[in-house]
Amino acid sequence: MPGEASHLVAETATRILADFADPQTVNRDASGSWKAKLWEALDAAGLPLAWVPEALGGSGARSADGFAILGAAGRVALAAPLAETLAAGWLLTQGGIEAPATPMTVAPCRPRERVAIDAEGRLNGRAAGVPFAREAQHIAVLVHDGASEQIALVQSDQCRVSEGRNLAGDPLDTVLFERVKPLRIAVVLPGFTPDSLMLMGSAIRSVEIAGALETILALSVAYANERVAFERPIAKFQAVQQNLARLAGETAAAIAVAGSAADAIAGANQFDDDVFLEVVSAKIRTAEAAAEGAAIAHQVFGAIGFTQEHVLHRFTLRMLGWRDDFGNESYWANELGKRAACRGADQFWPWVASR
Amino acid sequence: MSTELRFDPIRLPPECAELRKQVRAFLTEHIAAGTFDPHQGGHGESYNRAFSKSVGAKGWIGMTWPKKYGGHERSQLERYVVTEEFRVANAPSNLHFVADRQSGPILLKYAPEHVKEDILPRICRGELCFAIGMSEPGAGSDLFAAKAKAAKVDEGWRVNGSKIWTTSAHVADYMLALFRTSPPTKENRRHGLTQFLVDMKTPGITVHPINQMTGLPGFNEVLFQDALIPDDHLLGEIDGAWKQATSELAYERSGPERFLDTFYVMLELIRAVGPEPDLRSAEGLGRLIAQLHTLRRMSVSVAGMLQAGKEPVVEGSIVKDLGTLWEQKLPARVRELAAFLDPEMTNRATLDEQLAIATTIAPKLTIQGGTTEILRGIIARGLGLR
Repeated sequence: MPGEASHLVAETATRILADFADPQTVNRDASGSWKAKLWEALDAAGLPLAWVPEALGGSGARSADGFAILGAAGRVALAAPLAETLAAGWLLTQGGIEAPATPMTVAPCRPRERVAIDAEGRLNGRAAGVPFAREAQHIAVLVHDGASEQIALVQSDQCRVSEGRNLAGDPLDTVLFERVKPLRIAVVLPGFTPDSLMLMGSAIRSVEIAGALETILALSVAYANERVAFERPIAKFQAVQQNLARLAGETAAAIAVAGSAADAIAGANQFDDDVFLEVVSAKIRTAEAAAEGAAIAHQVFGAIGFTQEHVLHRFTLRMLGWRDDFGNESYWANELGKRAACRGADQFWPWVASR
Repeated sequence: MSTELRFDPIRLPPECAELRKQVRAFLTEHIAAGTFDPHQGGHGESYNRAFSKSVGAKGWIGMTWPKKYGGHERSQLERYVVTEEFRVANAPSNLHFVADRQSGPILLKYAPEHVKEDILPRICRGELCFAIGMSEPGAGSDLFAAKAKAAKVDEGWRVNGSKIWTTSAHVADYMLALFRTSPPTKENRRHGLTQFLVDMKTPGITVHPINQMTGLPGFNEVLFQDALIPDDHLLGEIDGAWKQATSELAYERSGPERFLDTFYVMLELIRAVGPEPDLRSAEGLGRLIAQLHTLRRMSVSVAGMLQAGKEPVVEGSIVKDLGTLWEQKLPARVRELAAFLDPEMTNRATLDEQLAIATTIAPKLTIQGGTTEILRGIIARGLGLR
């Protein structure tokens, strides 16, 4: 459960994001000039490196604090690499590598992709769907070396980045590693697998989706109370009320399962079967909630919500895009189903009830 | 009124793990002794007086109530463990469950001291079955249209009218019922109903069982003809039952029984797909697991809020809305996922049989204890839409 410290960190993040990344302002700013000021403020508050211990150059916040920052980022549908830098800092920490105070991202971001290391210690491989690669100065890379995993810190200008975009138009790039010499490289502790990074990324996206849904619910309810049709606020129509109650249900499910996954990670030493159940469930269920929730919210807003000018799309498209990062819900559902089947029917309920 | 929803990640405390072991051992013993069949989900003998007494002897009825009334002063979370383990094992608990979940807590709050001392310990021993007398032929979801009338007389209250769709009335020892004691007012149509404790042996009460579409009994019509209820069986405020209703909703609506009623088909599906399922089965199963885990974490969270003394009415209604829709749809999803499995698989007959039961009971799940539409109305009010 979030304690006092998390409240403080969350409040700081919320305040900075309100000041420098207000969705309305950002939506009108085609130049992207808000980003530099935002980053300065986030950096000054130590938020991007919250998950990095002080000894490694970070602010040494608790796991829950980092997730509180991500919730706040989701609530403004943040289009800057804060989540990615948090993830990169976390990954570098697993290898004991000092984190640079720059915008960062992580690779790979898709479950089956691997970056290899050659005899000369250079990285080779391709990572698709890397968020904000072109805006990141450094990339934290999980390197697969036959049997073991290593973590490398790479300067992004050493890689070939081909630009792509997610549904919301945020950078979602492909990074080519061709004999890239890392700045630092370190072996990770045994038990850390490529899945560990995918699970952490999935937990991060789940918390952000839940945050986006919270704002979508608040915006939708406020609009329904204010918009008049047939001579009364549309909130007074039962059909609209029932839709918004469903949106509240989807939001509640996302908050609960993402919060539970974040809590599970905070309380665990490794990514075991129990953390797997929690995090994978969170990614699947928040992705489903994002799809349902986006459809309902757009239905409530009608045409105005389908305009560029209105902020609704910032939330709906971004959370729909986030579903695809670090393994989409179909990928994880297959993995979860296989694991449950392998454990067998008699071990199924004890597994669910252990959480 | 707020759109802020809270579901803190409550973890079951360590004492729950020990309790769960004891509950599983107890259920295993009874299964071995043939008391009930865990594979007979939804259609086993669901009222079993001897079994309920043995549950009471374990201290698992009225777990959260004060010791002086036979309770055990344990937490909502411990009660949660017992409830979910019983549900998953398909243990017959209809006899004591309603009393444990909602009738007891209402009596604790509103009954006179001597009534509490008389009745609550008997509930805790598993001796009493309770029915809930709310619906009437002209008043279902619209509870405040109830007409069955309690008129003040010298000896107490004289009741005339009828209740319908009353679960358990054919075996119940008591009923908690709403009767009209005054007409509704112009300003408040909810005014005028009063809650009573009714001894089902009272002269003037007749019960007519109504078979459900499953072919099994369950519903009843209960007729009151000059049935006399003593003054000390009046609960709470005269004409003010509507004020007493809301806080109970969170108890009634958010428990594991609101998403585990068809769980047996999911277990059977896992058996059917075997250790190496194909892509379609694995993905379908995985989604169901994620949805189930989410519902359970939401439900545990509400139990935690109840334990903390909060009244999470909106959160509780959300759990029932999502949970009952899920358990209703579960047999349909399992049927689809099983469609291409080996027709000769060893548990095909069991799976088909369980699917038939679950599919047949599915329609009632989103009606009993507050329909989907009513729940969404409550959620909408909580959001500030009405």
